[in-house]
Amino acid sequence: MTIARFWRENSPRYNLQASKCGNCGKISFPPRTVCPNCHRKSIGKMQEFQLSGKGEVFSFSIVHDAPAQFQKQKPYIVALIKMDEGIMITGQIIDCELDKVEIGMRVWASFRKLGEEGPGGVIHYGYKFHPEL
Amino acid sequence: MREVAIIGIGQTKFGELWDLSFREIGIQAGLAAVYDANVASEDIEALYVGNMSAGRFIEQEHVAALIADYSGIARDNIPATRVEAAGASGAVAIRQGYFDVASGLHDIVVVGGAEKMTDVPDAQGAAIQDSAADQQWECTFGATFPALHAMIAQRYMHDYGVPREHIASVSVKNHKHGALNPKAQFQKEIKLETVLRSALVAEPLRMFDCAPLSDGGAAVVMCSMDKAWKYTDSPVKILASSQSSDTLALHHRSTITSFGATKAAMRKLTKRTGVDVSQINLAEVHDNYTISELLALEDIGFFPAGQAGKATVDGQTQIGGRVAVNTSGGLKARGDPIGATGVAQIVELVTQLRGEAGKRQVSNAKYGLAQSVGGTGSTVVMHLLGVA
Amino acid sequence: MEVGIVSYGAYIPRYRIAPKEIGRVWGSDGEAMGTNLMIFSKSVPSPDEDVITISVAAARNMLKRCDIDPKDIGALYVGSESHPYAVKPTGSIVAEAIEAAPEITVADYEFACKAGTAAIQTCMGLVGSGMVKYGVAIGADTSQGAPGDALEYSASAGGAAFLIGSEKIIATLNCTYSYTTDTPDFWRRDGQPYPSHGGRFTGEPAYFKHMTACALGTMKKAGTKPTDYQYAIFHQPNGKFPSRLAKQLGFTEDQIKTGLLTPYIGNTYSGAVPLGLSAVLDEAKPGDRIFAVAYGSGAGCDGFDITVTNEIAKLRRENAPSIKFMMENNKFIDYATYARYRGKIKMKEGGE
Repeated sequence: MTIARFWRENSPRYNLQASKCGNCGKISFPPRTVCPNCHRKSIGKMQEFQLSGKGEVFSFSIVHDAPAQFQKQKPYIVALIKMDEGIMITGQIIDCELDKVEIGMRVWASFRKLGEEGPGGVIHYGYKFHPEL
Repeated sequence: MREVAIIGIGQTKFGELWDLSFREIGIQAGLAAVYDANVASEDIEALYVGNMSAGRFIEQEHVAALIADYSGIARDNIPATRVEAAGASGAVAIRQGYFDVASGLHDIVVVGGAEKMTDVPDAQGAAIQDSAADQQWECTFGATFPALHAMIAQRYMHDYGVPREHIASVSVKNHKHGALNPKAQFQKEIKLETVLRSALVAEPLRMFDCAPLSDGGAAVVMCSMDKAWKYTDSPVKILASSQSSDTLALHHRSTITSFGATKAAMRKLTKRTGVDVSQINLAEVHDNYTISELLALEDIGFFPAGQAGKATVDGQTQIGGRVAVNTSGGLKARGDPIGATGVAQIVELVTQLRGEAGKRQVSNAKYGLAQSVGGTGSTVVMHLLGVA
Repeated sequence: MEVGIVSYGAYIPRYRIAPKEIGRVWGSDGEAMGTNLMIFSKSVPSPDEDVITISVAAARNMLKRCDIDPKDIGALYVGSESHPYAVKPTGSIVAEAIEAAPEITVADYEFACKAGTAAIQTCMGLVGSGMVKYGVAIGADTSQGAPGDALEYSASAGGAAFLIGSEKIIATLNCTYSYTTDTPDFWRRDGQPYPSHGGRFTGEPAYFKHMTACALGTMKKAGTKPTDYQYAIFHQPNGKFPSRLAKQLGFTEDQIKTGLLTPYIGNTYSGAVPLGLSAVLDEAKPGDRIFAVAYGSGAGCDGFDITVTNEIAKLRRENAPSIKFMMENNKFIDYATYARYRGKIKMKEGGE
C-alpha cells in the first residue's frame, strides 16, 4: 500500500505547488529542498511557489500500450507541458480528440483521478491537462 | 592506471529462454567467458554483475552473491558486486571491472550481466521497465517508458522535419544485422512496412520500433594488459571508459532531442584517448527504441543533428558503411535482457576486433565504441576498445 | 446578520449519451422513454472523474470568480449519494485541493438529491451565528442507474459549489424552510451498486407531496407568492415533474426555464438544484428574486427564498465557464463506451 508515498506529495500533485530559490529565483517542480542551480547557497532559502496551471504542449504521444490504471482511458494522450513559468511537467491531456493534439497547443491544469489501488484501495488524485477553454 | 584487456567473452542466446532460470543464464554466460579466456576459476579475483531488476522480475535481490555461488567462485570468497543503472547496468558493471584491474587492485576479474524478464507477464515486465524513468512524476502521470521515447521522437520529427520512415529504418537495418548473428533473439530480416504497420505502442512508436523483453546473459574476463598474452593471442584493450549522468526525468532537460549525457561521455572519451569520432567505424549503441539509435549517432558525432535517419536509409550505418552500427543486431534484434545488454555490446565489439565475427565481420576496424543508456539518458556509459 | 451567496462555481462532465442509444441496447424504445421523461441527453463522467474531482472543479471555479483567501473558509460540506469512499470524506480532499486546509471543519452529507442544499443550510447557520467567516456547500453526484432500468435514462453527473458568507453577498438567502418525513420512495443499501425505487410511488406520495408542502411553507415563511419571483428552480429527476409542479403551484414555464437543466444533462441528483441555481446566477441581475426547492428521496425538501444584490455585477462571472458553455461543450458517446467508462462491464480482478 503506497499510502505515505502519495500522501506526502499531496500539495504538488493537487495544487501544482512548486519551489522557488530565494537565491537565484529558479523555479523547480516538483518542489526541492536544494536548488539544482545554487546548491549550498540555496539552503534555507527555498520558498513555496504556486504555478498558474497554464502552459503549452512541448511534445506528446498517444499511448496504446497502457499501464493498469489507465486501461479504461486508452488510447490516451500523454504530454510534456511547458508551463508559462518556464518549467516542464509530464501529464495526461484529457477532453481532447486524439487527432487534435499538437505541439504548441495551450492547455490548463485540472484535477482528476490518477489511479487507485484496486476496488478496495486508496484513490490517487492529481493534475491532468485539458485544452484551454 | 594500468592498461586493461579483455581476454575472454561469452554469452547465452538472447530470447525467451523458458528452460533457463536466472542463475542458469548467469552461469552459462560466465563459464563460456572463463572457458574462452583459458583461466582457471581459482584465478578469478572479483565478480561484477550488471542487473536492473531481479528483485521485481524474479523476487531475488543480492544476485552477485547468487551468481558467484552458482558458478563456483564463491568457494574462494571473492568479492561479488551487483551494479544497477537501469539499461546501463551492464555497461556500468564493465566500468567497475575495468577500474578494479586498472587500479591494480586485482589482475583478473569477471564482469557479467544477466536479466530474466519472461518469468512475469508482459504487462508487469513493461511496468518494471518503467521504473528506469521517474516513477513518481513521469509514470504516475501516464508516461510509460516507451511513451517518453515516443515524445522524444515526436519532437525530433517536429524540429528536424524527419519523416517517420527514417526512424523506422533503424529497425530494418538492425534486423538485417541480427539475421547474421546466431545468438540474436530475432534472426530474420524485416521490411520497412512491417515496422510501419506493427501494433501501436505509443505514437509514433510501434512494436517494431521497440526492443523486446528478453532473457539472456553475457560475460567478459578482464585482465591486466601485461599478463593478457599469457591467456590469449588476441586480447582487446579497453582504451577508456566514461560515464555521465543527467536529470532523471525527461521534463527536467533543456532539450529532449539530444542526450547531453552521451555528448559529455563522448567528450570525456575523446579527451582521454585522443581518438575522435572520425576514426571510429564500428559501434554498438543503445537502440532500445529506434529513435534512441538516431540520438546516439548524432550525440556521439557520427552525423549532424537531424541527419542520422537519412544516413541510416542511405546505408551508412550498415556493415560496409561509414560506421557499422549494431552489427550484433542491436537491442532490437539481438535482444535486450536489460542487465546483460551493456556487457553483450562489449562481447560483440571484442568479437569484431578479434576478426571472429564471420558473416557480419567489419573490415578495417581499429576501434570499437560502445554506448549504453539508462533511463531516458539519465545515465550514459561509453567504452572505447582497440586491438592490442 | 445577513447571510448569502458570495460566489458560486459549477462543473458538468463533457460526455453525453442519448436515450435512443440506451434503448437500442436494451431493446426498448429509447426515444419514447426520452420524450416521456423529457430528457434528450444525459452527462457521463470520464473514467478519471468522480464526485471528488467534480467538487474540486466546481469549488475552484467558485474561487476564480471572487477574491477571498481560501484560508478564511471555516467549513466545507459536500453532499452526494455517490461519494467515492463510503468511509473517508470527499470534503477533506476538496479542502486540500482548494488550499482551505487545515483550519476548517469538514463533513460529507447524504440525503439523496438534497444533500447539497442541506449543506447550504448548514453553512447559513455557521455563518449566521458568527462561527465561521465563510462556508462552502457543494452538491455533486455521479449516480448510476441499473442497466436497462428506467433510471439509466436519467442518472447523470455534475455538481456546483457555493461560497456562503455575510460580506459582499451577491444573492441574499432571505430564508430557508424544510419539510422532512420518512418516505422510502428511493434507496440504496450499503454495498449495492445500483439504487432501487418504488416505481410510481416516487411521484405523488414522494416528490409532489414534499415539494408542494415545502414550496408553500417557504412562501408562507417568506411572505411571497409565485409572481414575486423572476426565477424558480425545482428539483428535476426528469424534465416533466418540475413542469407539472410549477403549473400546480402557479409558476410559469418562463420562470423555471433557465434553472431546468435535466432535459440536456440528465438528473445530477445532489447537483441538480445547485446546478440549476448556478444557471440562474449566470444571468441574474440585481433585484431578481429566486425561488429554489430541492427534493431528496427518503424524503425531504429544502426551500430557499433568494434575492440577487447589486454585488453580483462585481462578481467576475466570466472567470469560470458558464452552465451554458459547459452544456454545449459536449461529446456524444455510444453505449459500449458508456458502459466501459461507468464500470458496468465486469473486469478481471486480481493477478494476471
